[in-house]
Amino acid sequence: MSPEVAAYIPWVSGLSAVICGLFCLYPQYAKFAAGVCASAVGVGFVIAMGVWFSVPAEGFVNPEPLMRWIEVGRLEANYGVYLDGLTMIMLSVVTGIGMLVVIYAAGYMRGDPGYARFFAAVSIFIFAMTTVVMADNLVLLFLGWEGVGLASYLLIGHEYHRQAAVNAAKKAFIVNRIGDFGVLLGMFCIFDVFGTVRFEGFLPAASELLTGGNGSGLTGEAAVAFAQATEVLKQGGGWLLMAAPFGLMVGAFGKSAQLPLFVWLPDAMEGPTPVSALIHAATMVTSGVYVIARTMPLFELSPYALPTVAVIAGATAILGACIALAQYDLKRVFAYSTVSQLGYMFMGVAALSSTAGVFHLVSHAFFKALLFLTAGSVMHALAGQLDIRKISGLRHKMPVTFVLMGIGCAALAGLPVLTAGFWSKDLVLATTFDRAIATEGGTAFIYLMVGIVGVVTAFVTGYYCFRVWFRVFFGEERYEMGDHHHGGDDGHGDDHGEHGHAHEPHEMDWGMNGPLVVLAIGSVFAGLLLGPTHVVEHLIDKTSAEANALRVGDDATKYEKWVHNLMYAVSAVVAFASLALAFVLHGPWRKVEGDDPVRLKAPRVFGALNSKLWIDEVYAALIVYPVRVMGSVFYVVDAVIVDTVVRGIGVVPRLLGEGARPAQSGRLHGYGLGMALGVAAVVAVTFYAMNRGG
Amino acid sequence: MQDTMINSLTFSHYFFTGAVLFVLGMIGFITRRNMIVMFLCTEMMFQGVVVTLAAAAALHGNITGQTFIIFVLTIAAAEAALALGLVILLFRRRQTLDAGAWSELSG
Repeated sequence: MSPEVAAYIPWVSGLSAVICGLFCLYPQYAKFAAGVCASAVGVGFVIAMGVWFSVPAEGFVNPEPLMRWIEVGRLEANYGVYLDGLTMIMLSVVTGIGMLVVIYAAGYMRGDPGYARFFAAVSIFIFAMTTVVMADNLVLLFLGWEGVGLASYLLIGHEYHRQAAVNAAKKAFIVNRIGDFGVLLGMFCIFDVFGTVRFEGFLPAASELLTGGNGSGLTGEAAVAFAQATEVLKQGGGWLLMAAPFGLMVGAFGKSAQLPLFVWLPDAMEGPTPVSALIHAATMVTSGVYVIARTMPLFELSPYALPTVAVIAGATAILGACIALAQYDLKRVFAYSTVSQLGYMFMGVAALSSTAGVFHLVSHAFFKALLFLTAGSVMHALAGQLDIRKISGLRHKMPVTFVLMGIGCAALAGLPVLTAGFWSKDLVLATTFDRAIATEGGTAFIYLMVGIVGVVTAFVTGYYCFRVWFRVFFGEERYEMGDHHHGGDDGHGDDHGEHGHAHEPHEMDWGMNGPLVVLAIGSVFAGLLLGPTHVVEHLIDKTSAEANALRVGDDATKYEKWVHNLMYAVSAVVAFASLALAFVLHGPWRKVEGDDPVRLKAPRVFGALNSKLWIDEVYAALIVYPVRVMGSVFYVVDAVIVDTVVRGIGVVPRLLGEGARPAQSGRLHGYGLGMALGVAAVVAVTFYAMNRGG
Repeated sequence: MQDTMINSLTFSHYFFTGAVLFVLGMIGFITRRNMIVMFLCTEMMFQGVVVTLAAAAALHGNITGQTFIIFVLTIAAAEAALALGLVILLFRRRQTLDAGAWSELSG
């Protein structure tokens, strides 16, 4: 299949969005929405697979864009696609995981009054997300970037009658605005320096600047961009080049929930669980990682950009993991886990290894989607109950979910050899230590510390995920049904009426468990298939996402072999140690029921982590409250000063009217006299004028 | 004697007559309260205008003014029918012809 066909992938989902939107107007067809959406995403996946092998290693840009969009002066931003190994990996993840989640959601959302609306928004999401990963220029990427933000907003607020969901949706949208502002600034800087926003223009030019070449090897757009950049640098525009990656970084941190902009992601779990799995775990939140990998040469150009990313990534990873270990809400544990795992991905790209970041992105997409969807199954079975203090010993009631979540947890914890998380997390940590060895001074120290933090985080990660698994599925069988009647319950009686859904948890049907099995297989084998075989590496290393610093030598010399071997051993030990700790504290023979033994031992620490280190409260005090006060001040100014002036102006015509009012006596004679006087005046003026003229 | 009188009439006499008719009508319109009388006064103002037009036509030696008179008279006739109808209507409402009875448009 010709690579150009890939340009149609978003539009298939776009069509599905329109059709599902129409189903909202004709509720009798709403039941077909899931099928339409799933097949549209599926078609996208098939196309992605079909063009996979025809995409050249160096990347492919369709010579004629699918659509003309913006051509103003030198700015050219059309709907064109840029395909390379990185894009293809992202496309497969987005459409593949997307398809599985949509199939799961078909069952999960059944009976929801907004059934068609849900799938319309999911289609919009797939449309925007595939646009992000295929865009051949930053402006189009930004269009998709805003599109996924919109879809995320719509889906978090899907149950818009609940205030919490509405607040969470607004929070996500507003926090992301900060990041988007950063992307815009970064884009402006890039355009200022290179005179183009097209990847095939400024990426090779940036690489050429990085290697100190004279641009003779460049052709076409890249040569023009390089010439302009050289000129700009000569005129002292170097700071623009240094600022650009920081702008993009802020955007990436906003979208991918890193410090200090991560606060929206845990709240985003107010959305339906499939949304949490697809958008807020597997795909959208990884777009920040994608953007950094995509513009890797720019990040390399600035000596401070990637170490900054590394510090933020390390801090976010450990913070997210620590908060996760003290949460009682099943979905919140996984939400903070996502924050923490995204930190790992950023660690990977910060260590110049797009391979490590993207590999962890892929394996995380599998196991985190799996974890969220199994959490959704538990929630579904227990009528919205998510508090792990109130759930225990469900393994007999939900054996399949039990096994599936176990696989997800194993992958998240990175149990050795047979899980995806093991291979990808290893690569991230090992490349971070590689970086520490390859650099010197402060940078080396930063990478070393970040790597150590990564290892500690791995331990915490293993502990918190097995804590949940043991709590929910082991021990005596005990559960309280939730009182949260999410939409899925209404129509549920039709399918499971005989089970007495409201009284007893039950296993999901295979329509919902089927996709989970596929995800579980991916969580297990994706690591083995992609890790030791270096598939991801081979896909990435010819593209512009591969860091120039790593372009020298072959695989054998690129990395310090012993670091990787050591890392495998350390990771294995850490994973088993965390499993053992979780087993002792929360395993089948645990001593404390309905609470957390850590809380009893160290109530202050646990309480602090449970309250998410009061970060939301700090933000409320530092940002939200001052903004509210400022808003009140503006309101008063508006009400007192502006309104008074406007009303004062409004009074003038009324006064004039009052003055002219007596003229309207209502008596016929008065009007007659007025007319007569008027005629007399006209005659007098005419007479005077004529006599003077004559 | 009579011939002399007629021959000594100049155009200004005709214009003057027209003006007097018009002004009389206007004064009548403003001072009288009976609606029928007021209506008749407006007719008188019409006639003043018509006399002026005729005089002007004679002064200029063409028939433009007289053509105009035909139109004015036609319109005056139509208007008379309409106005009398209105007056009757108003009379039925208030059982009076006093124009002062109608002052709802007072500001």
